[in-house]
Amino acid sequence: MLEYLLSFLILTGAAFTFIGSLGLLRLKDFYMRLHGPTKATTLGVGSLLIASAIFFSSRDTGISLHEVLITLFLFITAPVSAHLLAKAALHLDLHSRAKTPVKSTQQEKGNRL
Amino acid sequence: MTTRPRFLPHPILSPLLTGLWLLLTNSVSPGQILLGLLLGWVIPLLTLRFWPEAITIRRPFTLIRYIGLLLYDIIIANFTVARLILGNPDRLKPVFIELPLDLTSSLAIGLLTNSITLTPGTVSARLSEDGRYLLVHALNENDPDNLIATIKDRYERPLREIFEQC
Repeated sequence: MLEYLLSFLILTGAAFTFIGSLGLLRLKDFYMRLHGPTKATTLGVGSLLIASAIFFSSRDTGISLHEVLITLFLFITAPVSAHLLAKAALHLDLHSRAKTPVKSTQQEKGNRL
Repeated sequence: MTTRPRFLPHPILSPLLTGLWLLLTNSVSPGQILLGLLLGWVIPLLTLRFWPEAITIRRPFTLIRYIGLLLYDIIIANFTVARLILGNPDRLKPVFIELPLDLTSSLAIGLLTNSITLTPGTVSARLSEDGRYLLVHALNENDPDNLIATIKDRYERPLREIFEQC
């Protein structure tokens, strides 16, 4: 029974991680590609880690909670790095399908929507 | 603002760090608890410069509800983005939106930025210099105004209630 649950979690995790990476290939510009790794992978890695926690809790003595920490750190760090990447991309004025906002927020302080 | 004791500048951060240490070592032996308490005491003192504002949680229950909502939204976000990636990428309509912020505390803004990136189809891209606008990139959005309203109502309002007086 436990094995089925674990396999399910691992397969789900693998599928989402794969889709997230596939996003890098399929999406059209830099900003869109940011969405794949920041989101589709959180659930992927999440379910892999849950599987790991359950497996080691049932195997060893005592429960294993390291995985919770990994998830926590991932949730804290992934958005930060995505934010910085996006900021750098805006600075470099990379090609974007979405209309990039007026060149800089500083210039346009007065008449923004 | 309430005055804080000098020897314990962040009464909320300290127990969090202790808990984190116990999770890291994966044990609750008395020695580790003692070491965790020590770390929880020393680290906030050493990093005081990074936390100039006192952290106050005004509504703990709203915070718990917010975390639950966020986890739910993260799961939904994963399915949404997965579907968008597997669909036809040429039909996506990415947009940049400027989100006016009502939040003023830097911790709350940080949490909002983080939440936006973790939730459906949006990545936060830049905070304006004066900290009053947040630039957000949406992967597929036909109605930017609606998106702004959703973010403000769903994430910003609870964060305001938790961390700021209003």
